[in-house]
Amino acid sequence: MNYFLRRLLFMLPLTLVIVTLAFFLVRVAPGGPFDRERKPASPAVERALAEKYHLDESLISQYLRFLGLKWERTPGGSLRRAPGGLVAGDLGLSLKYRNHTVTDIILQGLPVSLTLGFLAFGFALAMGLPLGFYTAVRRGHWGDWIGSLFALLVICIPGFVIGPLLILGFALKAGWFPVGLWGAPLQAVLPMVALGLYFGGRVTRLTREGMTQALQSEYIRTARAKGASELQVLLKHALPTAVMPVVSYSGPMLADLLTGSFVVENIFQIPGIGVFMVNSSLSRDYTMVVGLVMLYAVLLLVLNLLVDLAYSLLDPRVRYE
Amino acid sequence: MSESKLPQNGPSMVSSISVEAVHLSPNQKTWRRLCANRPALISAAFIALVMLLAIGVPLLSPHDAVHGSDSQFAPPSLAHWFGTDVHGRDVFTRVFAGARISLLVGAVGTVVSLIIGVCWGMIAGYVGGRTDNFMMRFVDILYALPSIVFVIVLITTLEGFVKQWITAISPALAPAGRMMFLFVGLGAVSWLTMARIVRGQVLSLRSRPFVLASQSLGASNRRILFHHILPNVIGIVIVYLTLTVPAIILYESFLSYLGLGIQPPAASLGTLIAEGAAQINPLRVFWWLIVGPGCVLALTLLALNFLGDGLRDAFDPRSS
Amino acid sequence: MALLILGLFVFTSCQPQRRADLIILNGPEIETLDPQVLTGQADGRVSGALFEGLSRFDAVTGRGVPGWAERWDVSPNGRSYTFHLRTNATFSTGEPITADDFVWSWRHAADPLTAADYSGFFFYVKGGRELVTGASTNFASLGIRARDRHTVEVDLTNPTPFFIDLCAMRIMAVVPRWTIEKYGDQWVRADPLPCSGAFQLMSWRPNDRIRVRKNPRYWDAATVQLERVDFLSGDSPTTSLNLLLTGEVDVLIERNLIPLELNDVLLKRPDFHTFSYLGTYFIRFNVTRKPFDDVRVRKAISLVLDKRRIVERITRLGERPASALTPPGTGGYNPPPGLGDNASSATNATDYAAARAVNIVEAKRLLAQAGYPDGTGFPSFTYMFNAGGGGGSRTHEQIGVEFQSMLREHLVLQMELRPVEWKTYLSEMSLLNYDIIRGSWIGDYQDPTTFLDCFLGDSGNNRTGWRNPTYDGLLDQAAATPDPKKRFELLRQAETLLTLDEVPIIPVYNYTGLYAFDPQRVGGIHTNLTDEHPIWAMYRKR
Repeated sequence: MNYFLRRLLFMLPLTLVIVTLAFFLVRVAPGGPFDRERKPASPAVERALAEKYHLDESLISQYLRFLGLKWERTPGGSLRRAPGGLVAGDLGLSLKYRNHTVTDIILQGLPVSLTLGFLAFGFALAMGLPLGFYTAVRRGHWGDWIGSLFALLVICIPGFVIGPLLILGFALKAGWFPVGLWGAPLQAVLPMVALGLYFGGRVTRLTREGMTQALQSEYIRTARAKGASELQVLLKHALPTAVMPVVSYSGPMLADLLTGSFVVENIFQIPGIGVFMVNSSLSRDYTMVVGLVMLYAVLLLVLNLLVDLAYSLLDPRVRYE
Repeated sequence: MSESKLPQNGPSMVSSISVEAVHLSPNQKTWRRLCANRPALISAAFIALVMLLAIGVPLLSPHDAVHGSDSQFAPPSLAHWFGTDVHGRDVFTRVFAGARISLLVGAVGTVVSLIIGVCWGMIAGYVGGRTDNFMMRFVDILYALPSIVFVIVLITTLEGFVKQWITAISPALAPAGRMMFLFVGLGAVSWLTMARIVRGQVLSLRSRPFVLASQSLGASNRRILFHHILPNVIGIVIVYLTLTVPAIILYESFLSYLGLGIQPPAASLGTLIAEGAAQINPLRVFWWLIVGPGCVLALTLLALNFLGDGLRDAFDPRSS
Repeated sequence: MALLILGLFVFTSCQPQRRADLIILNGPEIETLDPQVLTGQADGRVSGALFEGLSRFDAVTGRGVPGWAERWDVSPNGRSYTFHLRTNATFSTGEPITADDFVWSWRHAADPLTAADYSGFFFYVKGGRELVTGASTNFASLGIRARDRHTVEVDLTNPTPFFIDLCAMRIMAVVPRWTIEKYGDQWVRADPLPCSGAFQLMSWRPNDRIRVRKNPRYWDAATVQLERVDFLSGDSPTTSLNLLLTGEVDVLIERNLIPLELNDVLLKRPDFHTFSYLGTYFIRFNVTRKPFDDVRVRKAISLVLDKRRIVERITRLGERPASALTPPGTGGYNPPPGLGDNASSATNATDYAAARAVNIVEAKRLLAQAGYPDGTGFPSFTYMFNAGGGGGSRTHEQIGVEFQSMLREHLVLQMELRPVEWKTYLSEMSLLNYDIIRGSWIGDYQDPTTFLDCFLGDSGNNRTGWRNPTYDGLLDQAAATPDPKKRFELLRQAETLLTLDEVPIIPVYNYTGLYAFDPQRVGGIHTNLTDEHPIWAMYRKR
């Protein structure tokens, strides 16, 4: 318990470091958020724009302001803390979507990405665990070849090919599903499959790995020698150990899924936050990038923690010091 | 991913090894097991074939991968086995010129990630204690940073700078600038998992009897690292090598989809597929633009994965 | 599993809404609704539906017609306008719109502290330039006055024939003073938002959709037939096509959302419509860098570009190859022939081939004269362009590839291609950190100065390093000339200097756009050069 508490406490400074890294990293790239094809009407206008978002201040000053630890003089002459900032839970205004705060945008898009992510997670497990189990049991035979081939294919074909293929086949030609957008249950099916297939393939491979390893270990032989039925051996003894690598992969897998996939959200035009990570970096929306990095980091750290917790519960041999 | 200890390899079994094989070294045994694995062999042969074609086709083809012609969007024919694209370029030649670049990107990127990852992991695992803690926390931090942010910043910021530097060295190398940059960048993004794995392996090896014996005999740390630990780490590293290459190639295709990939008119398989993806539409499909590159890419990556599987099985003394 | 149930539960929390009367695929998510601050065309479409000014854009001609001003008088010298506002004009929330509101709105937009990129339009108003550049802070000096509650007087710096078009611009719209004073920069998030346009804001979900509904207090509300309109934001051309084909969206109005690889197929469909608009695709030279400071080198490269091939094989929308910067017919203006005009205006293939042959010979001669016979000794250089990504178009890249092979074939010049992403492209272009770079310009109003002003010596939009006092002088002179014929003549002289004599840019083609809607189901969308398609004119056919 001590270990997990320490991990939890450690998350805070770790997140801060990550966020700081992102803060400075994204400001290094050339070009700024307000660079446009058309130049502003006058240098005075350009200056005023930079001032509005404090881009004319030094990096350190901007960083302090971001944290909420910047003190400045009011027109009245007194010293006061600049409003907002991380300590106040304010991630700032998006530099590109200037009428929305970063928190606004994340809170709007996150539920969608979360829903899609969980659905895809469910799909990946529902596809991967049985398939992995099957190919491990049928190892070396046709069932293994076909199953493994399928799993590998979905890993090796890029998502921006699989997505449109699914749309073309099941939505446009067959007409079973809508081609995109979000809101009705039917609209979630194709994106779920498009997103989940890749991870399903990974889960299949990991399960197959784990099962193969488990089936060759000594306690399985013992169980068999003790006369347990094959099914019992497979399900009760081998499967729990086999699932370990999948459990440990679930952490980063969920982190990837829950923060939204650029490709799937772009192709199906789903209003999640997946497209924002890429687009904000490309449009130099500093505040948005930092906000999203923080979200991703927190998610990843929490999920990793949960995974380790699950691990320790599943396998009594595992100990943390 | 966590500090927990994975179930380790048990003591080696004797039962299933023939009398003759007892005299073979572990590496020789590995080689034997590999040869017995049919899919792995087929994959290795396929990869060799692709590499041969990647080198040979652009050299020998009557068509140019770069220069256009007037026959735009011609379907596959005897003159153009994979058809032509928007500029009238022969797709077959482009696919294998692209395969050349993709494999190069994958290989160099992997080597970069290997060098950084192995060194990092070895040092962290061997030295242990505070250094290990610090180094692994650093890896954790980088892990939590979405790679796309890092890559975009890397490409946009340093590319111009690196280009100047390269042109200063040799103007002929300039077009290769972005490419080399991509290799290094992709490698820099993927060394993290390698470091973790190597560190895990080194940690378990560190307390093995042969290492302790070496230490008590007074061998220097460097000797131990390179003579004893490294050879035992090589196995798992090779396995991950063959699995990192496909990951890097796919990531490069994602970057091409975003417009950040190889500089035109050169193209990697990933670029060709990203361009061909636009052909998946209900109105008019120039299918050869996606089927050709798509198949070559998918098959190559499949082969790499199967080979990786085979290698992993071969290195594991318990597989029968 | 449990996850699926969770998923469905979250679903039902998405509010099911009645389908809007019209669903428009507007383009990428808009940056702001504030009409004074916005710069993007997608932003302008939504904001234009919500806010209006003295005039508005006519749906058919794209020129300025009465908006909140029902008529106006122009002084004989063309420098004074008197606008008569409609009586009982009100915002959507009921507050009256008076002349004072217009005065306040314009002053606020011209204030550099508002940081309005388009405040350059106020240069046409007396006193505007001083305010926008910060030289003066006396807002009363801006040439707009309220003579009485319903009369607005405007003084201009020069007679400006297209001033009424300017008044229809988003930045000139009347905005609710008290809302801005209360909420500051984020006033568009106020609820309820007082709107002065045909519609009012209902909801705004970023990256999803913006919903507006009819404003019953709009002066022309009687003719507005749509009750609810949705603006969808999207980024991927293939998805946009799919949505259109399945009827999920009614109108696809953003050019960049059309999958350009399918241009030739789309052109044949009845629901896709092409139109020319005020835009030119051109290539910039960095004239501060050797060897592009030599006009012969620039001319040689310009003559070798096979514009027809590009238009026929790459863009395939029936664009017109251009030798001039200004599209023909802009406000009644016909540009003078630029370099390579013999090829651009050839009407059949033989003439074209002959013209090309002549041009190529000339190009070789010029290059040799400049000291690089057959390309020997010419340093390697790069062509920069922004890479299309995320399934977006690769037109710039394809044009670059063709350009590269043309240079190699005819002049034996080695040009490298350098795709960069958008922000880097803008930054390098502004810093003059390039050899040759791709460029384009979309006109704001129907007058050639919207193009020609870009290449004034001190214009921020120039970005070639080219300065020519004669050119600047001609444009200044033209601005002060009231006689339209004489004015156009001066502008033609300036443009000749630009595109025939000095050639700091190579015009490639005039843009043709493509948009989509089913004419059996949707009406009220017309093609015009300004690419203005006001929502109030659209309607559904039963």
